[in-house]
Amino acid sequence: MDSLIPFDYATLRVIWWVLLGLLLIGFAVMDGFDLGIAALLPVVARTDAERRIVINVVGPVWEGNQVWLITAGGAIFAAWPLLYAASFSGFYLAMMLALVALIVRPVGFKYRSKMEGTRWRGTWDGVLCASGVVISLVFGVAMGNLIVGVPFGFDTNMLRPEYHGHFYQLFSPFALLAGLLSVAMLVMHGAVVLAWRTDAAVAERARQAGRIAAVLAALLFVAGGFWVAGGIDGHIITGAANAMAPSDPLAKAVTVQPGGWMANFAKWPLAWAAPALGVAGALLVALLLTVRAHWLAFIVSALAVAGVILTVGVALFPFLMPSSTDPRFGLTVWDASSSRLTLWIMLLAVAFFLPIITLYTAWVYRVMRGKVTHESVDGTPNSY
Amino acid sequence: MIDLDVVNLSRFQFAATAMYHFIFVPLTLGLSFILAIMESVYVMTGRDIWRRMTMFWGTLFGINFALGVATGVVMEFQFGMNWSYYSHYVGDVFGAPLALEGLMAFFLEATFVGLFFFGWNRLSKVGHLIVTWLVAFGTNFSALWILIANGWMQNPVGAVFNPDTMRMEMTDFAAVVLNPVAQAKFVHTVSAGYVAGAMFVMSISAWYLLRRRHVDLAKRSMAVAASFGLASALSVVVLGDESGYLTTEHQKMKIAAMEAMWHTEPAPASFNLFAIPNQAERKNDFAIEIPYVMGIIGTRSLTTPLLGIDDLVKRAEVRIREGLVAYEAMQRIRANPQDTQARMTLDKTWPDLGYALLVKRHQPDLSKVTDADIQQAAVDTIPNVAPLFWAFRIMVAAGLYLILFFAVAFWLASRGRLDSRPALLKIALWSLPLPWVAIESGWFVAEYGRQPWVIEGVLPTYYAASGLTLADLAISLAIFLVLYTVLLIIGVKVMLHAIKAGPKSDAPAPRPAPADPVAAAVDAY
Repeated sequence: MDSLIPFDYATLRVIWWVLLGLLLIGFAVMDGFDLGIAALLPVVARTDAERRIVINVVGPVWEGNQVWLITAGGAIFAAWPLLYAASFSGFYLAMMLALVALIVRPVGFKYRSKMEGTRWRGTWDGVLCASGVVISLVFGVAMGNLIVGVPFGFDTNMLRPEYHGHFYQLFSPFALLAGLLSVAMLVMHGAVVLAWRTDAAVAERARQAGRIAAVLAALLFVAGGFWVAGGIDGHIITGAANAMAPSDPLAKAVTVQPGGWMANFAKWPLAWAAPALGVAGALLVALLLTVRAHWLAFIVSALAVAGVILTVGVALFPFLMPSSTDPRFGLTVWDASSSRLTLWIMLLAVAFFLPIITLYTAWVYRVMRGKVTHESVDGTPNSY
Repeated sequence: MIDLDVVNLSRFQFAATAMYHFIFVPLTLGLSFILAIMESVYVMTGRDIWRRMTMFWGTLFGINFALGVATGVVMEFQFGMNWSYYSHYVGDVFGAPLALEGLMAFFLEATFVGLFFFGWNRLSKVGHLIVTWLVAFGTNFSALWILIANGWMQNPVGAVFNPDTMRMEMTDFAAVVLNPVAQAKFVHTVSAGYVAGAMFVMSISAWYLLRRRHVDLAKRSMAVAASFGLASALSVVVLGDESGYLTTEHQKMKIAAMEAMWHTEPAPASFNLFAIPNQAERKNDFAIEIPYVMGIIGTRSLTTPLLGIDDLVKRAEVRIREGLVAYEAMQRIRANPQDTQARMTLDKTWPDLGYALLVKRHQPDLSKVTDADIQQAAVDTIPNVAPLFWAFRIMVAAGLYLILFFAVAFWLASRGRLDSRPALLKIALWSLPLPWVAIESGWFVAEYGRQPWVIEGVLPTYYAASGLTLADLAISLAIFLVLYTVLLIIGVKVMLHAIKAGPKSDAPAPRPAPADPVAAAVDAY
């Protein structure tokens, strides 16, 4: 069977590292604006009519957007089972927090406008806003924890994942900064969509909020960068990593070095494009919002989001989840993947389905295009 | 070592959240097809009432769908959160269908469901109909992939244990997809979902007819539901998943347990209509038997004997001893990866490796295992008989009742006399919970009957759990308990509100086809 696979194991692992990034970026770009818009709901919309406009901007598309998260989860399970096992169980209560927000969000969207009553609707507005903030925050905090290292390991005989930390330890100052960056970034992204897809007062407030969030995101990102370069331990595999060997995270030696996460940028200067995209993109979004170039602002905002996520990926590479308990337990691209056959089959599946998904998603957005206004909300059956 | 309280609470949490999720899933499966059928009639006949029916049932579909989405995310995350060793040990195989479910099914379903609701005025008739069908196919594809994943837990084909990575790895993807247990489960489960959808439409329509409200809409809806429900109810039984039960060792154990069949009987075995199973003494304190029936149901033959629990325990003991050999070889490979002798031994014995892990529960150090430990572990392979015995009978009774119900309803519907029998309407109203009773009992039999295995013969459930603390589990359970109770109350409240409000009679007819060239191309097609 293996002889029929045209890529060697190392290549497939790198491809799946790229695909993991692609799915996470897909989630952040597509569902990210739903989260940002939900977080902005009470800020940009004051009356019930305004809030319905805001909610109906994402109304027809949030369900599809959320599937990026579900598929990214499934892909981590299938392609990086050790990462899935160690991170989801290690971050148990943080995942619960995100789950609560993910559970109430669909219900909020769907049920809010099904009944009258200011208390009913006001409560759901609060729930939606909180869900947007919490989901963005938790995923940002998780990213931050990957950078500072996660207190996990394995029982060396049976390879059972073990976790040695506590819930509150996840919220270290650096991880919180990463969480705030995530919130600012997605609020920027959501605001851009609102400025583009709504008009009058809502759009004006969204522009304002978007500019603030964009500048804030750029500042937090730069601050995080200096923090990583100055004081955070980076992990480096010592000796030659065997990129073709079966996935066994116990088979390597790792050293820890303050500022070590900058090593990849020194090695591949082109990698600086990722953080540059993040910073310049966010600042450009602020400018484009000011000149009301909304369509372009959306593209640039998506690129900025991608730049920030790519920066984390490139800095950690080949690590996926470094261990602060014992660095040699850290999970890397070379020792946490599925078998070669599974990676290959899943690559075929992604190569086949992702273009189709992109096409029909684009078609749905095309059908639903145009500004969302009082009239369009009232004239659309089933509007939220 | 492994905290069994954490394991038990993790099991309870997974079971509770899965069963809760599966309140909404069958309705989504069934209603999506009913919507597609109704809208097809609208497009073919052009009669506006069928559009209003689609929109009305679509509203209820949406209320249900939101809770299905909300509780579905939990299911995917919980494998990693609560079952981390499971995720590592079988992720190479089990993760693939989950990822494919996202790629092939969820994207389709979720992307088009938005357009189903918001696209009425933006798409032509045919364009919107295609969208509705795509939602229905999406929901059913998702059932296909999740049941391929679940089927593999019952019958783990196409994979082999790799001592270098300490996990099961896929060797044959086609075998995983074409797993006979998975295929049988798929047909059985989606059919049951169609029955639930049909019953839902029947009950609410009956409620309208009893009050003489929305009579036109309710009668037509009932006619659709009666025919769809009858076909589906028959398919649940005829294509029931029992045919897949005899493919593996533990499936035999499961069937023996749900029949409370302690001893192997000469073929064809008799069927216990009623029994009081006694787990401790491994016998039935009381039983009413129907000769021959079980043998015929179970083996589709008059001469193949069905193994009883006692004999299956004896066979488990043999496999445990073989599994200890595999475990010892695996340990030697861990110590010295170059040990070719040990690798040859493991190549032959790995299918029994999971049986050695059963013994670890009684003796963590497998080099010190006694005969008593082995016998104890062999007895562990018997699931808890009485709950399985009764849950199975509840499912079958509810299923047979539903066939009868839909047959009568279909007969009346075909003569246009559905509203002439208030008694039937009342029965229809009060029969609403029965598909769910059957479905949840069926899942209980399938999953509780799989114990002590999480992956049959490969990985014991207790060994698959994450190393969480009791406090972790207490917090998450409390959150689920509160949140899910509140959501159920809210969901029912919103659903009842929409039912009482009824269909909108003045909903505007869709505008003419839009000038969008892509949509126009779809229409032309």
